[in-house]
Amino acid sequence: MTKSFFLATTAMVLGAGLAHASTLEDVRERGAVVCGVTQGVPGFSNPDDAGNWTGFDVDICRAVAAAVLDDADAVRFVPLSNTERFTALQSGEVDILSRTTTRTLNRDTALGLNFAPVVFYDGQGFMVRESLGVASALDLDGASVCVSAGSTTELNLADYFSANGMSYSPVRFDRADEVLAAYDAGRCDVYTSDLSGLAARRLVMENPAEHVMLPETISKEPLAPVVRHGDDQWFDIVTWTVYALIGAEEMGVTSENMQEMAEGGSPDIRRLLGAGDDNMGAWMDLENDWSAKAIAAVGNYGELWERHLGMNTPLELERGLNELYTNGGIQYAMPIK
Amino acid sequence: MTDRMLSATADHPDANAVIRERAGILPPAPAQGRLPPRTHSGPVDWIHRNLFPDWRQGLLTIVVLYLLYLSMPGLYNWAIGNATWVGDRADCVANGGACWAFVNARWGQFMYGFYPVAERWRVDLTFALLIVSVAPMLFPAIPGKRWFLAFSLLVYPVIAFFLLYGGVLGLPVVETARWGGFMLTLVVAISGMVGSLPLGILLALGRRSKMTVIRLFCTTFIELFRAVPLITVLFMASVMLPLFMPQGFTLDKLLRALIGVALFNGALMAEVIRGGLQAIPRGQYEAATAAGMGYWRMMIFVILPQALRIVIPGIVNTYVAIIKDTTLVLIIGLFDLLGIVQAGIADSNWLSASVTKTGYVFAGMGFWVLCFGLSRYSMYLERRLNTGHNT
Amino acid sequence: MADTASQSPGRLPSGPPRAPFLTRGRIRSLAVQILFIAALVWVVHFLFSNTMSNLSRQGIASGFGFLGNRAGFDVSLHYIPFSSSSTYLQGFWVAVINTLVLSALGIVLATFLGFGLGLARVSRNWLIARLATVYIEIFRNIPLLLQLFFWYFAILRPLPNPRDSVDFGGIAFLNNRGLVVPEPILGASGNAVLMALVIGVMLGIVQTRRMRKLRDATGDAGPVWPWWLGGLIALPLLAWAVSGARFELIIPELRGFNFQGGMVILPEMLAALLGLSFYISAAVGEIVRAGIQGVPKGQYEAAVAMGHSRWEMMRLIVLPQAMRIIIPPLATQYLSLAKNTSLAAAIAFPEIISIVAGTTLTQTGQAVETILLAMGFYITVSLFIAAVMNFFNYRVLRNDR
Repeated sequence: MTKSFFLATTAMVLGAGLAHASTLEDVRERGAVVCGVTQGVPGFSNPDDAGNWTGFDVDICRAVAAAVLDDADAVRFVPLSNTERFTALQSGEVDILSRTTTRTLNRDTALGLNFAPVVFYDGQGFMVRESLGVASALDLDGASVCVSAGSTTELNLADYFSANGMSYSPVRFDRADEVLAAYDAGRCDVYTSDLSGLAARRLVMENPAEHVMLPETISKEPLAPVVRHGDDQWFDIVTWTVYALIGAEEMGVTSENMQEMAEGGSPDIRRLLGAGDDNMGAWMDLENDWSAKAIAAVGNYGELWERHLGMNTPLELERGLNELYTNGGIQYAMPIK
Repeated sequence: MTDRMLSATADHPDANAVIRERAGILPPAPAQGRLPPRTHSGPVDWIHRNLFPDWRQGLLTIVVLYLLYLSMPGLYNWAIGNATWVGDRADCVANGGACWAFVNARWGQFMYGFYPVAERWRVDLTFALLIVSVAPMLFPAIPGKRWFLAFSLLVYPVIAFFLLYGGVLGLPVVETARWGGFMLTLVVAISGMVGSLPLGILLALGRRSKMTVIRLFCTTFIELFRAVPLITVLFMASVMLPLFMPQGFTLDKLLRALIGVALFNGALMAEVIRGGLQAIPRGQYEAATAAGMGYWRMMIFVILPQALRIVIPGIVNTYVAIIKDTTLVLIIGLFDLLGIVQAGIADSNWLSASVTKTGYVFAGMGFWVLCFGLSRYSMYLERRLNTGHNT
Repeated sequence: MADTASQSPGRLPSGPPRAPFLTRGRIRSLAVQILFIAALVWVVHFLFSNTMSNLSRQGIASGFGFLGNRAGFDVSLHYIPFSSSSTYLQGFWVAVINTLVLSALGIVLATFLGFGLGLARVSRNWLIARLATVYIEIFRNIPLLLQLFFWYFAILRPLPNPRDSVDFGGIAFLNNRGLVVPEPILGASGNAVLMALVIGVMLGIVQTRRMRKLRDATGDAGPVWPWWLGGLIALPLLAWAVSGARFELIIPELRGFNFQGGMVILPEMLAALLGLSFYISAAVGEIVRAGIQGVPKGQYEAAVAMGHSRWEMMRLIVLPQAMRIIIPPLATQYLSLAKNTSLAAAIAFPEIISIVAGTTLTQTGQAVETILLAMGFYITVSLFIAAVMNFFNYRVLRNDR
């Protein structure tokens, strides 16, 4: 009683408790990965009616939790606004930021972050009301644009309009659902965001059919999970967990067939699933079947996509650049050996 | 000892009046303007005197009545007449009025946030306990108030914390990230109230301290926190505080917000309490010192009980402000009542103009009931204190 | 500390009672203060060194050097030139000016509304008094943030898009991009008119003071309003006529998505202004009511006896006395309004929180510096308002004789 009393208090007050040198040790001690997510973007990270977080970004965190702790539910999700996200990671409040964050030089260096492999190659686009009759982003001179403050989107927007000699009036909100609400209420002609975000947001509009995407993609938005600068071991774990998911798709390993594949697959596959006799897990201080646990928990990259973003979901996103390099995309796992 | 000191002030009603005036409490309102001698009475006379005293006022009355006539039916139709009580978005859009069905469907989330359904009884129990421990203090007739006060300030927060957070007696842990809705609003508001009072007392005493260093520190602290908006304090708590701490030392996000709210309101509270301290006649201090009391004994047993009693209305007003301020936690990503209503409004199953309006009106009514109730209570206290029955 | 305390009585001289410099109390107080300073220094050092080591370990930039960098974002409302190629520092000034403009307009509107409400609360007309009470109880008991959201979306939703704007005689238009009004272009006469206006206001002030002195001395004085009329209208008009009488209005015109030309009052500005001033005016109304009721009853009776009308009684006798009670709490409300402009960030009004503690913070990652900048701004504004209101309070109290 006294002990649990004490533990509960310290757990609440100290959160992680006074930390060790490594994030991995902290995670093990805590028994959970703390994962920074959005405040709600359908398909990526969104609480369902019961308050359980679901989505593409959410499952990346679950995969890491499965690899490290053998429990895909051992994740604590912390919703973060644009403003908070980097400080939350820098300060150690979260272990991973899996929150549709674009990799840029500035963030990688001056903000003290490290980016894991890109999980979603995105680009910034525009959405307008169909009734406006606009066919191209180059016709947007003088428009009011609703945009999320403190994002790369805001900077790309400024660059695009000034490069094309157009004027515009930005309406900037910190919270993504307010951007949406303002656009939906008619405050803006244009809603700009990552294409995936636009697709997700369109779903929650009053009349999704009234809105169309413009053909232009004005920026590169490689979205990747982020970890703190300075903990290489943890960085490696997240990096290779992502590669394991992509590699599994390359090799045709799914959460369903992995059992057979582990027994009868090629050496590469057996290595990926920890069934070989090499000791890859130990190099990251993990169990040898770390990647098998991750794949078993969330499926391979393709399964992940189909479950949250693909044609059978309300978002109906094409894989596009996110196809494997063998299928005309640029998703490519580094060799897992 | 205490009682003798208290009755000493009660014996001097004039001193009390001075005290109240200094503390910013107004004397009872004098009769307004000139009143004609009342020779008639009855409804016709009442209407004549209060609605049509002269032609200008009469014209004003008629114009205002007409405007009311224009707006009232619309309001009624929106809130009740055309409202939808059960159904989904399509029904709400079709009926055009308020969409109470939305509030109905989301009631659980509005009240408890993402708190697991199976554990919600813990929230109910926590707030039932609160009512039991606080209600007796609101009524003058019930004895033993100081025990209830001590319980609700010292014991209750501990019980409430373990009930809500869990981790003891086999209660499963519920992460603070799952707390939300009206429950979170109450948690933030009540923590702010409980935390700001002792902090305010210490700061107010510090500001009046004879020790220069302490006085300077408290004055600076109070003035700095009074000069900045709460949102910057919350930003500091949520964004900056983690950077100030040693590596890996993280405080729960909700707890950081609570600390921010308590510090901010502690500074406001200090100024209210300082008013009360200043209103205590010097004689009280001198008598206590002459009786051989040390500083803390004098403050705890003689000065503070009187000073706090004088400024109860001011304290309650600060409490009203705290309740209103709880909404700001949504800016740092916590889902209080307003935050969860906003999240509900953005749900694709409900999104529509009528749901938006209904959501805001519902949240507004929730806060209004709390704040209006508290401010009425404060007025009741003011009146009671003014009639001198403060034994 | 306990040691010094127990030793000190032994050192007390036994001669004639004389206040010794080092009494037991003094020593203890000194010790407490020294310990306090030590603790404070330790805490500050602890926080500072933590911050520094956290920042350097993770390679996060620090210092205010970022203020000179290119901002790269645009702002919808700026009274000084600003574009995406301006610096963060210029962005800061844009935010400062926007915040100040919103505060100033809010204070003016809240004061007018509040005094109206206060007078309505003590009105003889039962209906008016009741309505004022209802207004006050509604607006002061609902969180401001909620009111801002409500106004913003309640205003936005029903407004038409620019193509179906509400047309005010073909020169001003209301739509969900804001209220567009014509922009006067005075050309070269602009400066002359401005100068004339400044001179006119000064003239008005001087004359008002002269007349007040005259009235104090002789009990009678000429009216002041012709001077104000001349200073505010005739003189600028004259300056305009003399300097070339050039006048053009840029009439807004629908081109593409929105109206081009003219001046725009953005919906964010409108909603923030309404939300803030309605909220604060409820508090001001109560303060004014309390002030009026705080004036002794005898003053009313005397005014009536002297044959003043009710309005004259209010204006000449009751309100001037009530101001003494009103001004200190009014100052608090003005302060509160200025601080509460920070909430307008939530409805996209580009003020300090939105630009500095929001976008600049995220784009540069320098949380500590940006939040210190924002706090520094609010502290400056608070000190300024406190100083101004102290001055007014001093004036009002001085006139009391």
